[in-house]
Amino acid sequence: MSDTHAQSVQFVRGTMIPEQDPPITEKGALKWMRENLFSSWLNAILTVLSLYVIYWVLAHILPWTVGGIWDAESLSQCRDIRDASGIDYNVACWAVITDRWHQLLFGFYPSELYWRPILALIIFGAAIAPILFETLPRKMLIVSIAAPFLAYWLLWGGSVWGPIAVAFGFGIGWAIVTYGESLLGALGAIIGAIVVPVLYWLFLAGPVGAALQATLPIGIAQIGSNQFGGFMLAIIIGVSAIVLSLPLGILLALGRQSDLFIINKCSVIFIEVIRGVPLIVWLFTASLLLNYFLPPEVSFDLMLRVIIMVTLFASAYIAEVVRGGLAALPRGQYEGADSLGLDYWQAMRLIILPQALKISIPGIVSTFIGLFKDTTLVVFIGLLDPIGLSQAIRADSAWNGIYWELFIFIGLCFFIFCFSMSQYSQWLERKLNTGHR
Amino acid sequence: MTSMTEPPAESFRLSQLIYDTRYRSMTIQVVAFILILLALFWLGRNIVSNLEDLGKDFDFGFLGSRAGYDINQRLIEYSNDSTHARAALVGILNTLLVAVLGCALATVLGVIAGVLRLSNNWIVARLMAVYVEGFRNIPLLLWIILIFAVMTEATPRPSDFRGDRPEASMILGDSVAITNRGVYIPNVFFTRSLGGNEMAEVTDSAEATVIASSSGLDWFVIILVFVASILGARAIGRWATAKQEATGIRPAGAFWMQVGTVVVPSVIVFLALGATLDFPGLRGFNFGGGIHLRNSLIALWLALALYTGAFIAEIVRAGILSVSKGQTEAAFALGLRPNRTMNLVILPQALRVIIPPLISHYLNLTKNSSLAIAVGYMDVRSTLGGITINQTGRELEGMLLLGLFYLVTSLVISGVMNIYNKSVMLKER
Repeated sequence: MSDTHAQSVQFVRGTMIPEQDPPITEKGALKWMRENLFSSWLNAILTVLSLYVIYWVLAHILPWTVGGIWDAESLSQCRDIRDASGIDYNVACWAVITDRWHQLLFGFYPSELYWRPILALIIFGAAIAPILFETLPRKMLIVSIAAPFLAYWLLWGGSVWGPIAVAFGFGIGWAIVTYGESLLGALGAIIGAIVVPVLYWLFLAGPVGAALQATLPIGIAQIGSNQFGGFMLAIIIGVSAIVLSLPLGILLALGRQSDLFIINKCSVIFIEVIRGVPLIVWLFTASLLLNYFLPPEVSFDLMLRVIIMVTLFASAYIAEVVRGGLAALPRGQYEGADSLGLDYWQAMRLIILPQALKISIPGIVSTFIGLFKDTTLVVFIGLLDPIGLSQAIRADSAWNGIYWELFIFIGLCFFIFCFSMSQYSQWLERKLNTGHR
Repeated sequence: MTSMTEPPAESFRLSQLIYDTRYRSMTIQVVAFILILLALFWLGRNIVSNLEDLGKDFDFGFLGSRAGYDINQRLIEYSNDSTHARAALVGILNTLLVAVLGCALATVLGVIAGVLRLSNNWIVARLMAVYVEGFRNIPLLLWIILIFAVMTEATPRPSDFRGDRPEASMILGDSVAITNRGVYIPNVFFTRSLGGNEMAEVTDSAEATVIASSSGLDWFVIILVFVASILGARAIGRWATAKQEATGIRPAGAFWMQVGTVVVPSVIVFLALGATLDFPGLRGFNFGGGIHLRNSLIALWLALALYTGAFIAEIVRAGILSVSKGQTEAAFALGLRPNRTMNLVILPQALRVIIPPLISHYLNLTKNSSLAIAVGYMDVRSTLGGITINQTGRELEGMLLLGLFYLVTSLVISGVMNIYNKSVMLKER
């Protein structure tokens, strides 16, 4: 049989053909372009269209940006410099940034005291680092505990004893929980740890701080909230609201998942009312209405009101995100915790919340990004955030009529903050991904 | 064998309220309830005493009094002699207008950007990533102000359109004029209007900034006819499907019959009413005729749509990615063609993931429309929550009504969302 076959074939190659390079369209840049840019007619059209869009945008923006003038006193001087150098198109006047960057960053904070917010930011960085990155030594958490008081003291100034007296209250609470359990029982210790510090803050902290200041005066120049502004204000409001809203949000989420009827309904009402109304309405409520709800003798600083309002607002959103995480856990986890004989708080702390929070990380971070972006809204109730300051700068006759340079600077700063937050969340997600899903 | 020990009839001790799980939840709830009542009582007492100190009362009567301010952007009749309640209604309609326009455009942008971001075209995917990240990471307020600045600073003045060699010209066949005072687009009016709407009313008022002219009845009829014809088209579709299932052959031309049912009656009504286009043109120092879309509306609308569109793009992308590749392969293995695979297998599963966050972003857009304050668009916060409060000094009542409006809107939308969500949810134990 094989003979007949061999005879029917006219030519059989006896040797291998030497290896050849792949066709020119199947390798290197050409292959990549064929596959990624021109794989079909539609794609080719889209590619050409996008290239045109990119060209159009760059052709308009690049000369304007690159040819920008960095050294001038006012917008009119910018234009004079441009005309003198013989450029016939519009160029950016970046001089407004070199002239006013400190205002955009620090508001009207006294310029000789800029080291204080910068130092506070560094302390904040040191405090947040061990929380963000597990590989850092755990001893750094001591900085995290001290940071809020230190940062407050650095930013607002005044007597050092005020923040120390307040911090002492937390010390009392911690001591009661740790050492009071044998005396008071578990429940008594928890109640004591809440009640005693609150009483201390209400009645003792003020006089104690004042007395210590009288005997041993240590303090730095006091700065009023009305001098805060720019990105410093946005970061202070954002960070305080983020730090305070996470525990509150988790509690609200647990309340909403709870079987206890009254607690459940209260949480639901709180969350839905807060979420149903825009932040700007809440901010106006804080600035217009808060003095209706408080006794006449109590009055809050506007910035403190904003921080409280933004915290409550963010906590409702966090609660919904965490609730999603709680609901996503299989029922077996709850049942498993029960069968181990853990009580409610143990089960939550050791089994449910670590898993639920891990699932909710993307949502929590995107809530934080939203919160940080929303700090720009405080401009409407008279706080000077970056956008408010850009209007203030424009009101100066030297810079009247300048728009894009300020917007680009502000936008870029926000972009850096928010984008790095979202990148961190993606990194954390990958790191914590233990293979479910 | 019934020797189960009787539970000891022990007496109730007070400590059981805390240590016995049967009673503990009740104790916690009662304590919480009392604390909440106390807090509410404290707040209420403060409000009453503060109102007394200020010499104010709690009264919604101000809604019936004369507003006394003008609103430059209105969908219904309003003058400064109207009441505060009417002004609030104008504001509510303006809020809803920009919300609906914004949601529509945001959906279109978001779906396109989301699909293109998954495209295997490298440059398009990167371009869309830039769009999405750029809008997601920069505050909406900045975008609104930026787009408003573009609209007012970078567009030609009406006088630039004048003269033999104008510096600017109208676009789309001389029908749309983009100026720094707003965008002028053609208006549709009806020469044989049902509501007795005179054409003169539209053309004479050079100041006419009302978006929909007063021919509400005509539009109502048109929408009615359009909805009816869509229902008719769906009936034809059902009839064709039934026929196909019975005989195996879909009636020829069923698709074109559906298209005809949708288009023909609407066109006939349009012609019967004498629909004519009123083009904008230079009148005096400004443009007249047509519809004047103010810069505030355009800036707010575009910014809301672009911003929300970036979020919707991510939702759409996640939704499509969430359907595993095995589903597509299984559908192909069953012999389904690609478009039927998309319609019957991929989309129903992707939509289940897409719809709930999509609606919550519609909700966000509606709430974000309160940023109209940045560009002076007269939404409900500017009328009821702004000028009315300033004029009457009724901040408590005004803010309460404002909050209530937003709350009701949100609850209605999220209620609809929950109903939908229940209907498409995977049924699990």
